[in-house]
Amino acid sequence: MMEHAPALVIAFPLFAAFASHLIGRLGSRIRDIWVFASLLLTWLFAVFLNLEVMQRGTYAYTLGADISSLASPAGFPVRIVLVIDGMSALIAFMAVSVTLASFIYSRRFMERVSGGGESADRYCSLVLLFLAGMLGMGLTGDFFTLFVFLEMTSISSASLVAFFRKGSSFEAAFKYMIISAINALFLLFGIGMIYSQYGLLNMAAIANEMVLNFSFLDKVALSLIVSAILLKLGSVPVHMWKVDVYQKVPSSVAVMCITSSLVGIYVLSRILFSVFFSMSALTGWMIVCLGSLSIIVGVSMALPQKDLKRMIAYASIAEIGYVMLGIGTGLAGMSSTFGTVALSGGVFHIINDALDLGLMFLIAGAVFYATGKTGISKLGGIAHRSASLSVLFIIGMLAVSGIPPFNGFVSKLIMYESVFCLNPVLSVIGILGSILMLSVFVKVFASVFLGSPYKGKFREIPLSMTAVMWIFALLIILLGLFPGLALDGLVSPAVEALLGHGIYMGVII
Amino acid sequence: MVTMLSLPFVAVVILVCMSLAAMLFKRNMIKIVMAVHVMGSAVNLFLISLGYREGGVAPIFTNSPGGVMVLPAPQALTLTSIVINIAVVALMLSFAVSLYRRYGTMDTRKMRLKG
Amino acid sequence: MDGKGSSRIVRNVTCMLSVPVMVFGLYVVLHGHLTPGGGFAGGAVMATFIALFMVSFGKDISRRLDSGPFSVSESLALLAFVGIALLGIQVTFFSNFLANSGLLFGLTVPFGTNPGFLGTGGVTPLMNLAVGLEVFSGLSLILIVMFRSGGDGDNA
Repeated sequence: MMEHAPALVIAFPLFAAFASHLIGRLGSRIRDIWVFASLLLTWLFAVFLNLEVMQRGTYAYTLGADISSLASPAGFPVRIVLVIDGMSALIAFMAVSVTLASFIYSRRFMERVSGGGESADRYCSLVLLFLAGMLGMGLTGDFFTLFVFLEMTSISSASLVAFFRKGSSFEAAFKYMIISAINALFLLFGIGMIYSQYGLLNMAAIANEMVLNFSFLDKVALSLIVSAILLKLGSVPVHMWKVDVYQKVPSSVAVMCITSSLVGIYVLSRILFSVFFSMSALTGWMIVCLGSLSIIVGVSMALPQKDLKRMIAYASIAEIGYVMLGIGTGLAGMSSTFGTVALSGGVFHIINDALDLGLMFLIAGAVFYATGKTGISKLGGIAHRSASLSVLFIIGMLAVSGIPPFNGFVSKLIMYESVFCLNPVLSVIGILGSILMLSVFVKVFASVFLGSPYKGKFREIPLSMTAVMWIFALLIILLGLFPGLALDGLVSPAVEALLGHGIYMGVII
Repeated sequence: MVTMLSLPFVAVVILVCMSLAAMLFKRNMIKIVMAVHVMGSAVNLFLISLGYREGGVAPIFTNSPGGVMVLPAPQALTLTSIVINIAVVALMLSFAVSLYRRYGTMDTRKMRLKG
Repeated sequence: MDGKGSSRIVRNVTCMLSVPVMVFGLYVVLHGHLTPGGGFAGGAVMATFIALFMVSFGKDISRRLDSGPFSVSESLALLAFVGIALLGIQVTFFSNFLANSGLLFGLTVPFGTNPGFLGTGGVTPLMNLAVGLEVFSGLSLILIVMFRSGGDGDNA
């Protein structure tokens, strides 16, 4: 049973998503238990994947074959292959953990916000579908399945964006849907170009062919695929959809949207590191430039925002920029030490991003739960009503801006030091971005949490929401004080997996 | 040189450019959805013409006359992408319907979120 | 649509056509592993039957068409698809455990060009059936929701 974990970890949320629609008819309590149980089971599978990767190293799972490890019956992989290595196992684990936390958080949150009933059924099955799409993107080993799962995530998340059924949320969903339709079709176009040359869809097999003959058409396909994925993760030239979406989506889903753009980062790095590695110097510089632009634009646009969630959305664009900075430097300096260090900083920052920005969005959701507002100027003096919320905000704020005792500092410091070797200007941009980020958040903290006590109606925040936020905060402190835990256990296998394209190809061919 | 076999690819490029232009410059939501669908069809056409082999038969053994068979994989891809395209277009149309009911207009310029 | 629907002739022909359309759709679904077509195409053919009814009957039918059963059957069909894939788990996920087993759809395919036998293909015809049902109910659901211009935004 356990050797099928790679397939089951995708199949189970899918099964649970369709079943929760039916089980919801029996009663909301049974449905919640069912969704929680299936998420827990998926989480266990993901933990198992990580343990398995530590023991076995990179391995492949072939759907529908007679032996699960048999990838190429005749030296020609035609079946759908899932490839599990340190990086994809880490991404799968992160996606499931965030979804589990977001579901626990969302139980009371959605009850209040949407009123339960039919829409709660829909929420559960869409969240599970979203999770299945992210896991599929993380684990798949071939391009076409990647396209299918990418569409699955965008369709389910677009439905979640429209969840509040207000005019503006439909607008955000429509905009998001246009963007994701374009990016999926660009991706498919690029995949078609690659297929036309090699007759293959498997990433590792294509990489193997590309070593011998790299043509001009491959460059065109590369640019199409990379632009598609950049649209998906919302880095700077194409960041405009992200802000609307994050503002309109329920806060519990915003956490998952952040995770999905981090999964997008993973897909980008998988394609650039494992398939198009011969172009790494050029693509690396491109990613670095876009990343530093994202930092500058994200932070400077976050300053004048008037809405709490919109502000955090701009901050998340900047944070994605940091991850891209790390990964791009890793690409540009692929064989050098600083490249490896920068890459590990980038991968560590993926985990930190999910925690820090996740915490910020959960706090924004809690503020919305308590007061029904997200406008910064309408709020004020929340600290008098809920001290724990303001302590959480301080922790999140310092972690996002990379201030010492918290996890954001560790990954950013790794990146500043290593990016400096590529070009000193980049670390200047990084440090400036962090300082400006702190100023943005301090300003928001002052106007939302400080000041005369909040006068309006203030609803008590339930235990389940507070508990989830404190778990995030404790993880932030833990990873800040003992970064070795994550760096040795999760990040270094992931970095090895990304850099070892020979191993990646060897699993399939 | 443009031969008969490369004509579909020329058509694909024209269709993609047309749909991109429509998505960028049209303000009517229905036209934007149509542009998305045209782009999907263009990509489908691209995939199908990749799998075309001159004089080939359908890759089914039933009553097959023998000879060259066309590639089944691009056809499977096209079918999947048609299904996904339908889901996307249906979802976008239902958003457009809801937006129309809320704002009473199809013009994206008259809505609140811009850009 | 003015809501009234079409004339009596069109309505009667629609009723007469409903049987052949459904049978043809089922044929396409069932023979998906032998001839061009399969679950998606057949399901779409069956869903045109709902569309035909809507066009010819207009408002009279919009009260009768309930989205509830379709959404249940959609979920059931998807569950069946994933469930069949899970049943092959003693070999691998999605393994074709029925092929050449002599059970349902388990006949061995003779080598070479042949007229095609319905009883072959293993789990492929079963999955085709599940996909056919899912596409039929999904597309009908979309049609019904759009017909009432409800704009549910949840038909993925």
